[in-house]
Amino acid sequence: MDFDKELDARGLNCPLPILRAKKTLNELTSGQVLKITSTDPGSVKDFAAFAKQTGNELLSSSEAGNEYTFFMKKK
Amino acid sequence: MDDQKKMAIIATKGTLDWAYPPFILASTAAALGYETQIFFTFYGLQMLRKDLSGLKVSPLGNPGMPMKMPFGPKWFKGINWNIPNALQCIIPGYESVATALMKQTIANNGVATIPELRELCQEAEVKFIACQMTVELFGFDHSDFIDGVEYGGAATFFEFAGETDICLFI
Repeated sequence: MDFDKELDARGLNCPLPILRAKKTLNELTSGQVLKITSTDPGSVKDFAAFAKQTGNELLSSSEAGNEYTFFMKKK
Repeated sequence: MDDQKKMAIIATKGTLDWAYPPFILASTAAALGYETQIFFTFYGLQMLRKDLSGLKVSPLGNPGMPMKMPFGPKWFKGINWNIPNALQCIIPGYESVATALMKQTIANNGVATIPELRELCQEAEVKFIACQMTVELFGFDHSDFIDGVEYGGAATFFEFAGETDICLFI
């Protein structure tokens, strides 16, 4: 999937992946896509909840090995 | 009536472990778009000090706290060192050692530090209010605390808390 910016949140634990993602989204313009990689298993539910509450669209959420990848489209 | 979501927290504890919930929840709420305030009172004032090294954690009288080593092989890390309270009392520096071990565990797990979380809260414009009454009660001076803190009392808290969606006492 195409993306405009990438955030490596691997090794970080709650709530840092969300806080870093929020900060990085602030640097994007509406419609741009942020790719996030994390290793925190809790981030799967957290990113879904973040998207639901902020209106940013979670385009995809996937797991490979022990890594989670999210694509989020800025509102 | 604006539809801006709001959250208020009263932070009353002054130990390293209990500094986490207010700062984690406030920074996350801010990221989710909540207007957020934390009212620091009694021991919670410790979290506003310029120097946060006074935040410690004690296993003494805290049976819920696992005492595990943050280093060594896996079997060693898995041991829960169940040290009797009476013994904890007489070992000098026990609390400092427990705090150092906790800080190492925090770092090993990629968990943010308290200074880091507090800074993230400030960046996200979480408002910090210190209870003026307890500032005086404990003999603190405004210069002991970080910049950007406002000082007020219970009425100040209610002015904001009365309009919140979420209100927590920690």
